[in-house]
Amino acid sequence: MIDELSHEQILRYSRHLLMPEVGLQGQLKLKNSSALVIGTGGLGSPVALYLAAAGIGRIGLVDFDVVDTSNLQRQVIHGTSTVGKLKVESARDRLLDLNPDIQVDIYNEPYTSANALQIAKDYDVIIDGTDNFPTRYLTNDVAVMLGKPNIYGSIFRFDGQVSVFYAKEGPCYRCLFPEPPPPGLVPSCAEGGVLGVLPGTVGTLQATEAIKVLLGIGEPLIGKLLLYNALDMSFDFVKLKKNPKCRVCGEHADIKELIDYEEFCGVPGHGGDETSAGAGWDIRPQDAKKRLEQERDLILLDVREPHELEIAALPGAVNIPLGQVAQRMAELDSSREMIIFCKRGSRSARAIEILASAGFKKMKNLQGGINAWAEEVDKSLPVY
Amino acid sequence: MAALRIPTPLRAYTNGQSEVQVSGATISEALNDLTNQFSALKPHLFNENEELRPFVNLFVGETNIKDLQGLSTPIKDGDRLMLIPSIAGGARND
Repeated sequence: MIDELSHEQILRYSRHLLMPEVGLQGQLKLKNSSALVIGTGGLGSPVALYLAAAGIGRIGLVDFDVVDTSNLQRQVIHGTSTVGKLKVESARDRLLDLNPDIQVDIYNEPYTSANALQIAKDYDVIIDGTDNFPTRYLTNDVAVMLGKPNIYGSIFRFDGQVSVFYAKEGPCYRCLFPEPPPPGLVPSCAEGGVLGVLPGTVGTLQATEAIKVLLGIGEPLIGKLLLYNALDMSFDFVKLKKNPKCRVCGEHADIKELIDYEEFCGVPGHGGDETSAGAGWDIRPQDAKKRLEQERDLILLDVREPHELEIAALPGAVNIPLGQVAQRMAELDSSREMIIFCKRGSRSARAIEILASAGFKKMKNLQGGINAWAEEVDKSLPVY
Repeated sequence: MAALRIPTPLRAYTNGQSEVQVSGATISEALNDLTNQFSALKPHLFNENEELRPFVNLFVGETNIKDLQGLSTPIKDGDRLMLIPSIAGGARND
C-alpha cells in the first residue's frame, strides 16, 4: 500500500491533483489499483495508454499475437519499429516509456478457460478489448465469477458499444446477450474492416469508465449501454436490466464454472483455421498457377467485394461477392473446373460450402487467397 | 409511424438505410412491416417459429421490449425503436 507520492509523481500527476474529484487521495487510489486489459489491439491500445498515463499502479496485458503492419492503422500502442515483436512486449515497452512509475505484467498467451481465472483474480477491474465472441463470453463469466467489474467495449465498422457490466450492482453481458448469434448470422467477413479511429473513441471511453470505477466517482455505465455511430456522430443510451434468468448471474444461475466458449459460440476464438475448405478442396497458389496454365477452360471465381478489386485482382476472374453466391450460382457452369479465391481463403471456403451443397464438385479453394498468390506467385500484387 | 434505427451490421439488408419508418400498433406489427419492406432481414430477427431470436435486442426509447411486453409491447406514432446488434469486433482479417 503506497500512501504518499514522491515529488516527481506529484509533478507528473499535477493535473489530476488539481481536481477535487481526484486529488491526492484519488491519485493514491489509482496508484494502488490494478487493471487487466484483455487484448492489446484496437481497443486495448488506447485503454492501456490512458490507464498508464493516469498512473494505475499495475496493468496486466493479455495477448498472444505479434505486431503486424496492418495493425498500425488503429493499434496505436505499437509502432513501425515494433512490427514483428510480441504485442505484449511492444505494448509494455510503450507503456513504461509513457510512465515508468507503473508496473506492467504481461501474459503472452491466449486468454482461455484454463488460465483466465488465475490471470484475472488479482486485478481490480477487467477490461474487455477482445475481438471475438468466445473471448467476450469468457471475459464476462470470469468477471461475474470473481465479482469484478467488466469494462466492456465492442466495435464493428462504424458502430461502437460501451458498458460497465458489474453483476454485483447491475446486469452482465449475458443479461443482454444470453447467447451469441449463430456463425451463419454473424455479419459476413466481407463486411469486415473498421474505421481506425473508432476503437480509439470506444477504448478511450472504456478507459474513462475504468478510472471512474477505480476512483468511485461519477456515474459509471452500470445498467446502461452506450451506442456510438461514427458516421452519424450519434451517441444513444439504453437502459439495461439484470436478467433474473441469466445463466451466469441470475437467481438460478447454472453456469458455475468456466465452459468451452468456442463450443458455446460455435466458432473458434483464436487459432482456429477458417481459411481451409477442408482436405481435398484446398489448392496451394503454385499448384493453382499450374492448373491455370494447363486448363484453359478453368473458371477463376473471385468472391471478394467489388471495391477490393481495386486493391488487387487476378485477370480473367469472375467476381461474385460471397453474399451473392447463393443467388447467382446459375451463372456458373458446374461442369467446368473452378478455382475460388478471396483475400485470405475464408470467404472462398464458405463459398465452396454453399456451392458444394448445391451439387458443385469440381472446385478448389485457393489457400491463403489472393494475398498468398501475391506472396508466392505474383509479387507485383500488393498484400492487404 | 415509428422510426426504427438499423445498426450497421444489418444495413446490408435495408439497402444501406440507417433508419426505417415502420407502422403498427405493437412491436410485432412494426416488425412485420419492417420484414415486409426488407424480407432479407427476417432470418436475422426471427427463428423458424417466428420467435424473436434470443440475441436480438429491440428497444423502445431506452427500454428493452424484454422488460416491457415483448412483441406485444404497444407503440405510438413518433416512438423511436432501436435494434441493438451483438457485435464482437470489427477488424477480422479475411
